[in-house]
Amino acid sequence: MLNRTAENVARATPEPLARKVRGISDKGLAWLFISPTILLLLAINIFPLFWAIYLSFTNFRANRPNEVVKNLGFANYQRILGDQDIWIAMQTTAHFVFWTILLQTLIGFTLAWLIDRKFRGHAFWTTLILVPMMLSPAVVGNFWRFLYEPQIGLFSYVISFVSGIPPTSIQMLSNVSLAPWSIIIVDTWMWTPYVMLICLAGLRSIPEYIYEAAEVDRASNWRQFWSITLPMALPFIMLAVLFRGIENFKMFDMVNLLTGGGPGSTTEVASITLKRQAFESWRTGYSSAFAIILFVAVFGLANIYVKALNKVKQR
Amino acid sequence: MSLTTAHSVVAPSANSKRIAGAIIIAYALISIVPLLWIFATSFKTPPDSIAYPPKIVFQPSIEGYCNLFTTRTRQTPEYINSLGPATGFCDETVRKRNMVIAGPSNFLPRFLNSLIIAFGSTFCAVFLGTLSAYGFSRFKVPLADDLLFFILSTRFMPPIAVAIPIYLMYRELGLSDTALGMILLYTAVNVSLAVWLLKGFIDEIPREYEEAAMIDGYTRLQAFWRTVLPQATTGIAATAIFCLIFAWNEYAFAALLTSGTAQTAPPFIPTIIGEGGQDWPAVAAGTTIFLVPILVFTILLRKQLLRGITFGAVRK
Repeated sequence: MLNRTAENVARATPEPLARKVRGISDKGLAWLFISPTILLLLAINIFPLFWAIYLSFTNFRANRPNEVVKNLGFANYQRILGDQDIWIAMQTTAHFVFWTILLQTLIGFTLAWLIDRKFRGHAFWTTLILVPMMLSPAVVGNFWRFLYEPQIGLFSYVISFVSGIPPTSIQMLSNVSLAPWSIIIVDTWMWTPYVMLICLAGLRSIPEYIYEAAEVDRASNWRQFWSITLPMALPFIMLAVLFRGIENFKMFDMVNLLTGGGPGSTTEVASITLKRQAFESWRTGYSSAFAIILFVAVFGLANIYVKALNKVKQR
Repeated sequence: MSLTTAHSVVAPSANSKRIAGAIIIAYALISIVPLLWIFATSFKTPPDSIAYPPKIVFQPSIEGYCNLFTTRTRQTPEYINSLGPATGFCDETVRKRNMVIAGPSNFLPRFLNSLIIAFGSTFCAVFLGTLSAYGFSRFKVPLADDLLFFILSTRFMPPIAVAIPIYLMYRELGLSDTALGMILLYTAVNVSLAVWLLKGFIDEIPREYEEAAMIDGYTRLQAFWRTVLPQATTGIAATAIFCLIFAWNEYAFAALLTSGTAQTAPPFIPTIIGEGGQDWPAVAAGTTIFLVPILVFTILLRKQLLRGITFGAVRK
């Protein structure tokens, strides 16, 4: 409201008054202010991106810089799209993204819905819940390896205590079927607060008079939840899913420290494959092509998703 | 209680509040157990840390902290007895394990690297971000939406994908494993967050103030300096803390692009090993020291948290 008034005033101000003659012109100042950022991004983001695009068409290997670089055309891209391992990595990533987002959204929304009851002391407990998401996924993820240790690890101990399974047989990180869940658990522990915080903002944005009207119409609590609470919080939930989806598609640090992609390649998400190809096998050209494919995939999916999000918002 | 809140027909009942409170408190307590465990482990002796069942009650010891800051070598008891009296608590503890302190560990230099790189990149990102955000907020910049999206799009890249060409570029420029290289890289990553957040904060400052200042004879630049900046202080501080936290926590770039002199704490802490594997009390001690600043910042930031984590998309 205040902003709009200010804008109207600004618009109504005669041009010569708004623009001072002495000093730099507004246009000059605008570019003076913006160009350093653009230049930095060109140097550190865009130039390397184009270099990566160039490399993706070659057989360049970073550990053999003096070798003759051959132009391969689209061969790298063809090989990636036909590579069984890459598809398995993409499936692992999809599995990881799907389950983390599902769990985080369900738990996060439930927590937000409960906090919205505004019980006594809710602000303090909310802050406490938020702590894990601010911490370094690498440093904390590394410590989770200790919690997951069979027998001596707290996590394994508690699980065996509750379930009665002998503590030595809970091998969260080395069991092929448990390892994917070990990374899902840590990610959910860390990032549920994130989804919760955004959902809470969504719930608090619903004006009370809508509920009051529903109450007058004698809508049941169940009905109110499905026709008011959920639809009105949906854009926020979708936003949280977007942010988490992008982040987890790129996931590297926590997985690299917890399992390193293992055992075998059961937890080898796309970023781990990329690291193995680029910095262990030194197939720079090949991995650049994979990086470009990943970038286009995230960018494309995010764009489609944002369009859907805007449609939901307009409803 | 229920009478005083009765003015609203939709207020949750006292009972539902109690149940909600109980569930939230239970979740909060369970979710901080891993963090409490880090703290507890940092004060355990190595044998206590790997005891079965895990020890909840134990004799606290600062051996983990001693091990974190030192490197040690194993010696024969005869040699240790031939030495003079122990010079401190750490010395004494280490000798009990038939070892002597050989020198300082790399933890302190790595921790200092983290400080230098995090603060350096935060300063640069907030400086550039404030200028750009003001530019985008107040002036008609051609293709402003495209430029803003371009600034944000750099965040869609997986860090490893960015690291490949940066690795090659830094190798050519001699920036590999230097603090300057890391500061430049983190600045580039953080500037997108800074621009988006600060544009939101500056958008909220009414233009009337600047217009008034300019009518009073200030130039645009002076008006920016004297009226906009003071009012954006909260926003700038919040943005700075978010940038700081990102740079402080970052692992992927640090692990791939630094190995020695410029290595930060996150890639270093997992490499702390004792005899026969990871020295968990020392790792826990390093983790505790590393996490404390972030805990303080989280509490300071709690009102701005939502805004920061959504790039200003949700402002409440």
